[in-house]
Amino acid sequence: MKPAISVILLTTLIGVAQGLFLAYYSAELLSLLLILPNQELAGTGPAGVISVLLLVGGLIASFFHLGHPERAWRAATMWRTSWLSREVIALPITMGLIFIYSGLKLIENHQVIFNLGNGSQIELATVVGFFAMFAVFALFICTAMIYSCLKFLQEWHSPLTVLNFVLMGCASGFVLASALAAFYDPQIFGYISSAAIALSVAALASRYASLMRNKNLRPQSTLQTAIGIHHPNIRQIAQGAMGGSYNTRAFIHAYGPSVVQFSRRFFLIAGFMVPVLLLAISNQSPILICTLAFLIQYVGLLAERWYFFIEAKHPQNLYYQMIS
Amino acid sequence: MTQLALVIDLNTCVGCHACVTSCKEWNTSGEAGPMADKNPYGADPTGNFFNRVQTFEAGSFPKTETIHFPKSCLHCEEPPCVPVCPTGASYKRPEDGIVLIDYDICIGCEYCAWACPYGAREFDEKEKVMKKCTLCVDRIYDEDLPELLRKPACVLACPTSARIFGDIHDPESEASIAITLSNGYQLMPEWGTQAANHYLPRRKVNIKVHEEDLMRSLNPLDEEDRSQRLPTSSTTLDDSAASW
Repeated sequence: MKPAISVILLTTLIGVAQGLFLAYYSAELLSLLLILPNQELAGTGPAGVISVLLLVGGLIASFFHLGHPERAWRAATMWRTSWLSREVIALPITMGLIFIYSGLKLIENHQVIFNLGNGSQIELATVVGFFAMFAVFALFICTAMIYSCLKFLQEWHSPLTVLNFVLMGCASGFVLASALAAFYDPQIFGYISSAAIALSVAALASRYASLMRNKNLRPQSTLQTAIGIHHPNIRQIAQGAMGGSYNTRAFIHAYGPSVVQFSRRFFLIAGFMVPVLLLAISNQSPILICTLAFLIQYVGLLAERWYFFIEAKHPQNLYYQMIS
Repeated sequence: MTQLALVIDLNTCVGCHACVTSCKEWNTSGEAGPMADKNPYGADPTGNFFNRVQTFEAGSFPKTETIHFPKSCLHCEEPPCVPVCPTGASYKRPEDGIVLIDYDICIGCEYCAWACPYGAREFDEKEKVMKKCTLCVDRIYDEDLPELLRKPACVLACPTSARIFGDIHDPESEASIAITLSNGYQLMPEWGTQAANHYLPRRKVNIKVHEEDLMRSLNPLDEEDRSQRLPTSSTTLDDSAASW
């Protein structure tokens, strides 16, 4: 597949947004359960605002993928069958819930809904955040299933795709949250940064597992099944058009093996290894180092998503092997 | 239930591209608007086509066979492109099984093209919507046309009758009979798409030629020849008759 820049931006930006929300909300839940020190987190509001802005950014990027953005609202209609449609519904719901959550935090609404047995008070914002948490996971699944449900794109058709999207989104969000925590809430910095390290390592393991899986993948479609001529030695001698076609432009990339190999190494190093190392040594000037770690990781994850497209071999390419 | 489809005979297709050009001609001048072309007279002409003829070669020289392979939307009975469409612009007509796109609803997200293993869908760069073969839906039901012409443009154009159009769910149709008699098959059966369009395989035609077919055993000219070679002294039936 040829990488679609707008889709790369969409999936990575909303991944960060979702992970960022989960980072701060998980800290809030843990403090309510008295696992973390129970106190007001100053960064929750700003983190929510940044999360909403990233979701909006992703949404704007996605519009550039459409031929008719003015009709985009129609994309919410086929949620019964289409994961893309489900994503189109889940994205604004997530955005809205995180917006309300961070708004309640920013206006310092402390309306108590009920009390936990351990003495913690559950506020309205926490309840809204609870629903937002479900929306975030639903959005992760919808986004990943768009790719994972296409069974003949064998590189994508795996539960690992869903796991990768969740883990990479969470990892990048937690890394950004550790920079915010270093600035606003140093008392939870230890939790957020160690969770960011753990998530980045888990994302690396899961992504590496899918790389290994895809390396040994045997394509089910061959030229023989594509044209139904069962001869071991078939080659194309004309594809029916000399000047290329949509099929050659949208599905076949022209990057050589060295570029592909470089991008794979780059995303494994920049997307996972460097941020983990930076977080591990972030005790001195954590704000600067965590911000740097996030920026490097984001570039690495852009490369990862780019590679994700390059990696997938669409069976239609079998019909477009030779111009003439 | 009706399932209209094309049956394409790879044994008779000569790769002349008449189906390609007549498809383009009909569909670019239809109600749905033209199919975009880029540099049509320039160095790298490209544009939308609903149908293309590709050529493959099987075997190694000198024992090779050239296979001309027309490819268009296969109007799958389980079309993977339809459920993924977020807007419902892609749909399969229940009445005749044609897979169509509503160009007024399509948002041009190209997800359906990703979901088609055959690469049958092409994005129109000018109208910014996805397009593909309609099985000439604006032609096959047109009662202003004489009944013989109510067929897809490609079928009418084919000079070797390599394309058969019909209802593959009707066992009596020409298309179904061709599939049954000539072992028609579907493309990429491994994905369970149940492609409606079928292809008829290459077939080896063997005819036993007897020597008598080439050389008549009782050739009167042969007899004449032989009579001329006879020694003049011997008498023939004619000679004896003349002596009466």
